[in-house]
Amino acid sequence: MSFKNQNEQSVPRPALHQQLDPEVLDPALKATLASFRLSVHAWADAAASRPRLPQAISPHRNRLWRLAAGCALGCVLLAGGVSTGVYQHHRNQIRIAQALEAQHQSQLAAARANQQARDEEDLLAKVDSDIARQTPSAMEPLARLMSDDETR
Amino acid sequence: MSMAQDVAAQEFSAVVSAHRPQIFRFLLASTRDVDLAETLTQECFLKAHRNWAGFRGDSTAITWLMRIAINLQKDHWRNRRIQFWRHARTNSVDIDEAGEWLPSNESSAEQKVLAHERVAQVWKAVEGLSERQRTVFLLRFVEEQELSEIARATGLNEGTVKAHLSRALAKVRTELGGKR
Repeated sequence: MSFKNQNEQSVPRPALHQQLDPEVLDPALKATLASFRLSVHAWADAAASRPRLPQAISPHRNRLWRLAAGCALGCVLLAGGVSTGVYQHHRNQIRIAQALEAQHQSQLAAARANQQARDEEDLLAKVDSDIARQTPSAMEPLARLMSDDETR
Repeated sequence: MSMAQDVAAQEFSAVVSAHRPQIFRFLLASTRDVDLAETLTQECFLKAHRNWAGFRGDSTAITWLMRIAINLQKDHWRNRRIQFWRHARTNSVDIDEAGEWLPSNESSAEQKVLAHERVAQVWKAVEGLSERQRTVFLLRFVEEQELSEIARATGLNEGTVKAHLSRALAKVRTELGGKR
């Protein structure tokens, strides 16, 4: 049993592939699509045969390239300047550190020499006093005699 | 260069001469940007040249080339990471300007103006189509390819091609109908 209307059955609809066929399209649409096709063909032919001027093709792009190259060069120069400065600063720091270290070493050496000299002096003084205690003075007998006379 | 390479080079040269205008036209209609269309056309033939030895002739040369062109166009769109037509709009010619290229086979001035208007409306409708719908529409109604050829060039099956084409035509009809 069919539920379709009698009128619908009597007017057969074109199949989908027929609807998409340019030959089956309604005349107005067909004419418009033909005009569209011709216009695209004419445009493409004109574009393909246009004179090509390398400089005129993209002056904007050239300008952009020049700007980008300038920026890149500027960045390289800036980076070079900064890195040279940093390197010089680093070298100066090392030089200062080396000078400080040398100064410190010389101070230590001087202090060590002073200490050694002081130690030697102390040692000599100690030896002198020890010898003085062991050996009597050359004037000691005369001094003893004088003290005996006084007591008498 | 060996004899076989010489023959292959001659064959490829003949293919370029025969199909370059068609590839350029399709890319121009797709992008509406002459410089971009030229660049993509050159890339298409460069790619084809690299792979010419692998072309076995399963499909026609134009179908194979069209497939490369469609993929290049897609890649370009993906690489830009923005809406293709939104980008194209910045470099491409205006719809009205694109519609200017109408051969003067209309009889009267009034008919010419009318035809120009209708072509501009089609361009406007094409602008609103999805990428696939636009590709299928242009291949069918500008390049006049058969549905089977379009299916092979796009890598879609014929049913999908019909569906895209039907939707594209409906949008064109709406655009034309709405302005009348």
